[in-house]
Amino acid sequence: MTARTEATARTAATARSKVAAHTRELPARRHRALWFWVFVGPFALGLGVFTYIPLLWSVYLSFFDAHNTVTPDPARDFVGFGNYADMLADGAFTDSLLTFVVFSLFIVPTTFGLSLALALMVNRLRRAQAFFRSVFFLPAACSYVVAALIWKMSIFNGVRFGLANTLLGYVDADSVAWLSTTDPPWYWLAIVTVRLWLQAGFFMILFLAGLQRINPQLYEAAAVDGAKPGWQVFRHITFPQLRATSVAVALLLVINAFQAFDEFYNLLADSRGYPPYARPPLVYLYYTALGQGQNLGMGSAGAVILAVIIAVVTIGQARWFGLGRREA
Amino acid sequence: MHGNPHGVRNPHGVRADASVRVGRALRLALLIALAALFLIPFYLLVRNGLASEQEITSPDWSFLPAELRWSNVTELFSDPSVPFSRSLLNSALIAVATTLGTLLLASLAGYGLARIPYRHANKVFYAILGTLMVPAAVTFVPSFVLVSTLGWVSTLRGLIVPTLFSAFACFVFRQYFLGFPRELEDAARVDGLGYWRTYWRIVVPNTRPVFAAVGTIVFIGAWNSFLWPLVIGQDQGAWTVQVALSSYTNAQVVRLHELFVAAAVSIVPLLVAFLVFQRWIVAGVERTGISE
Repeated sequence: MTARTEATARTAATARSKVAAHTRELPARRHRALWFWVFVGPFALGLGVFTYIPLLWSVYLSFFDAHNTVTPDPARDFVGFGNYADMLADGAFTDSLLTFVVFSLFIVPTTFGLSLALALMVNRLRRAQAFFRSVFFLPAACSYVVAALIWKMSIFNGVRFGLANTLLGYVDADSVAWLSTTDPPWYWLAIVTVRLWLQAGFFMILFLAGLQRINPQLYEAAAVDGAKPGWQVFRHITFPQLRATSVAVALLLVINAFQAFDEFYNLLADSRGYPPYARPPLVYLYYTALGQGQNLGMGSAGAVILAVIIAVVTIGQARWFGLGRREA
Repeated sequence: MHGNPHGVRNPHGVRADASVRVGRALRLALLIALAALFLIPFYLLVRNGLASEQEITSPDWSFLPAELRWSNVTELFSDPSVPFSRSLLNSALIAVATTLGTLLLASLAGYGLARIPYRHANKVFYAILGTLMVPAAVTFVPSFVLVSTLGWVSTLRGLIVPTLFSAFACFVFRQYFLGFPRELEDAARVDGLGYWRTYWRIVVPNTRPVFAAVGTIVFIGAWNSFLWPLVIGQDQGAWTVQVALSSYTNAQVVRLHELFVAAAVSIVPLLVAFLVFQRWIVAGVERTGISE
């Protein structure tokens, strides 16, 4: 065999092995793409159909006069930004945003404070910790419907045999029609306490988890430095260490308040319908889009506006907390 | 729960020790008072649910009814004007199907995103993550539009299928699988197992805690969900237990004892779950409550 043929044979061999490597690699990559879609495909498809399509459709509908129909005539029913203008000019819609603001001013600080206080107290217990944690967490097993039912039909039912009025009776005070008194707006007491009762234990669990992640050495160091147990330690060690948890809890509380529907609907609506006060955004949307008029164009415009507000509030809040973190 | 981080040895000696003891007693008293307050609604459920109508509406408050009328429970289930057993069954079917479906779909997707290298994986991930920005409560109008177009109003399909694709559950699974040690999977690969069999034989059996945690949270959410079932379950036959309770509350004539016993029955499954699976539920809250 000559040197030349040997060299040719060698190049042919490397070429062959290159081709072989290439053909082996291609199916492997295609194979992985295939398996990726086997795993992710069903979920992604469902999310596309049941989240993206309704969202896009809703944006489309929001530009049409769509009463009782989801397929308006593109030429005849097009109203441009008419639904948006109507929505923003509608006093009931802006009132609903105001209701949300009032509601979150009540519920966010009270839930935050109570759940943090519960977590701090339960965390310091030496015994019966599991018992107290369970008791405070147990309301999370109840639905808003059940809780609202207890509040509406038993505690704040506004008649003599209600629990709140029975207690007022013990001090010789007059009965209060809690849910239908608008001046002063006693209904807020019922609305806020329902949610407080339901979610305080849930957020207590989050704070407890945060507290247990704090390095115990920090407390030892603080004691060595002469920090008094109590407020000083809480202010300089515990609270700063809970920062990530606090931010998450605050964000969740605002988002949850924005989505409030169940307790408002179940506390305030009755066989005659919903009263003209205390309508948060979703209650307004529910009656606009699915009430008698079935105004799906307006309803869709409202959903788009709310989605934008939620996104802005969430991002704004995250930014605000995020900026604080960079300064620290 | 672990030890007590505040229980540092006090350097201030005896006087501080006494004040610490007083503080501890006050704290315990406050906790007991708060716990009693938190239990009042449960007490009212039992008191009113097992009383007669006259006892509930009596102007003189009685701590408990003269006799506990367990017959209220059988009365509730035998009242033909109230389709309560049907709504309980609907809720059970919906909660079980939603839990199993969500776990299956979200865990598969989470695993694919975490472990299978693919050129567009990041784009897909961000497309999924993006839907987290849009809360489900705001999309109920467009989703209703879609479901009514499909003809799924007042069907179990309509109540279950659209809720199965939880971006949140998918995200939790992806994060969990990213932290799962690769060595086990590499060993399976060496043994000739593909992605599919590695997932079912190695990954799932070794990550049961995350399935339990996500599953309990999804189950509770599905059982207690109200707005979507209210919008979709328009016929009585498609009512969930929450929708049924809500319509009894808002009816023109309300039989209070029946309403309260129904509410009490409706929370029994979750109370039992809370007491039995509390560890998983707490883990689920910790895992899903904070997305980090």
